Amino acid sequence: MGLKSYVKGKFVSKDFDAQLKKIQKPVGSLGYDPWGFNAETNRLVLTLYSGVYNKYFRVKTDGIENIPSKGPVLIIANHSGQLPIDGTLIAYALATRDKEPRMPRAMIERFFPTIPFLGNLLNQIGAVLGDPVNCAKMLANDEAVIVFPEGIRGSGKLYKDRYQLQRFGNGFMHLAMKYNATIIPAGVVGCEETIPAIANIKPLAKMLGIPYAPLALPVVLPAKVRLNFGQAMKFDGEDVREEEITRRVEQVKSVISDLIDKGLSDRKRLF
Amino acid sequence: MIKNKKPKILVTGAAGALAQQVINRLKDDYQIVAVDFRKHTYISDDIPSYQINFNKRVFEDLFRKYEFDGVIHLGRITSSEETPMRRYNANVLGTQKLLELSHKYNIKRVIVLSTFHVYGANAYNPALIDETAPLKAAELTMDLIDSVELENLANIYLWKYRDLNITILRPCNIVGPGVQNTMSSLLSSKHGPVLAGFSPVMQFIHIDDMADAIVLAYDKNKSGIYNVAPEDWVSYQEALTLSGCSRIPLPSIPPALPKLITKVMGLKIFPLFLINYFKYSVVIDGRSFNQTFGFKVKRPLKEIFAYYREMKNRD
Repeated sequence: MGLKSYVKGKFVSKDFDAQLKKIQKPVGSLGYDPWGFNAETNRLVLTLYSGVYNKYFRVKTDGIENIPSKGPVLIIANHSGQLPIDGTLIAYALATRDKEPRMPRAMIERFFPTIPFLGNLLNQIGAVLGDPVNCAKMLANDEAVIVFPEGIRGSGKLYKDRYQLQRFGNGFMHLAMKYNATIIPAGVVGCEETIPAIANIKPLAKMLGIPYAPLALPVVLPAKVRLNFGQAMKFDGEDVREEEITRRVEQVKSVISDLIDKGLSDRKRLF
Repeated sequence: MIKNKKPKILVTGAAGALAQQVINRLKDDYQIVAVDFRKHTYISDDIPSYQINFNKRVFEDLFRKYEFDGVIHLGRITSSEETPMRRYNANVLGTQKLLELSHKYNIKRVIVLSTFHVYGANAYNPALIDETAPLKAAELTMDLIDSVELENLANIYLWKYRDLNITILRPCNIVGPGVQNTMSSLLSSKHGPVLAGFSPVMQFIHIDDMADAIVLAYDKNKSGIYNVAPEDWVSYQEALTLSGCSRIPLPSIPPALPKLITKVMGLKIFPLFLINYFKYSVVIDGRSFNQTFGFKVKRPLKEIFAYYREMKNRD
């Protein structure tokens, strides 16, 4: 508690704090929600992260206003760059947008809760164990959820495969239809260059119980990141055949692919 | 004029603070008979109280003598109190006996107190676990098997004998004045152990609110299984801090280390079989109970923790 208030006094500017207070996120009487989100810790981390977002990755967004300010939303994006940096940047972008900011939740890998300190910290800033029950209950609670349907297939891919979309899971489409959630497709460009990996050391990953162990430089490179958000997509109808679901998922995937291409063609240089 | 005969209720676990709260709320409208497995408890002149082993034949005599209308089963021996065998006999076989007699003597209403522990503390638990989730506590520790078994039994009777109208309640951590479970003891102590780097989300319900919930469940006859928890959450470490308890971090990795420490040091306050509940969140969804019974807690978290803080200042 002492450390928190010290850091807060030192770093949180009044303007930024006022901006963050605009976020309407339902929490209990002590600032927590059922998934471990903590309003105070979140404000602090967002503040500390502003330098990373603005100065290090110099993030540029396009179409962030397409994300509705209320109701259940699934932000569907391509996944890249070994660490879930893409998720944190999307979350920061939405939490700090001028008009009606919103605190989205990111679904994270199943091994995070077992890691001391990090697992808790991720929960406190809104990340949630990637379980379909969690996603369903959050949509039922009108939350905005960031989902990477490629999962580790996307984040763990090598540099030579950059910007090639991997297979998408169908789970998000089922949930979007069931909870009548708006889908916002997003193309992330730049995160592939943050930790370029040339190989995956599978035996090491197995030994450590993690999904992959990239052979890469032990630094996160300051690549310039672009986040392009597409127009809202709605899919309705219950009892749709799996074939049709796959077709709908492909439809979202192709929009994301276009958004990535747009980001790549707009970009002048990597760093 | 002679007053109508009051309906009779058998309340088990009478030595516990929760049972006494429940009895206080019901005694005006019902005739209460109190029993406890562990010790004899005096409640008041007009409430007969027995210390009795449910597995003994004399237990049936109570059913013959009083012709109960309902049973509220709150009595359970916790892990620290007895050997595993005695605990199993009391909790599982004792409950079976109780339900069997309830059926035999045409009892129309049964409340069974279970616990959120039955869901198990697992790294992969989603939050807001609802009543249909599998009970995974038994795979983690032998010490919780009796909790899960007790539930299973109550479940079997719930479907087998519909006329018993069994309602099973799975509350979150019950805390407050007089409560002597692990969580209440931790919040009461000056120093509370925590696993370094882990601060799971927890839910707490004040004993008065829980007693209200039990009375509500008894009066409004809706059989089934319900989680009981307020829609409010806090991390374990913050709960300790707010209760004026300083945190003592135990090394948390590798996972065997904290287990070894609690075992070697014999930390009763931080029992080995509950250690995963201090590591991973078990957040239950209490909305079904709240909606079905129109229940809302009256004592917020701040008030609960203020009680523990003030209690320490008084000492």
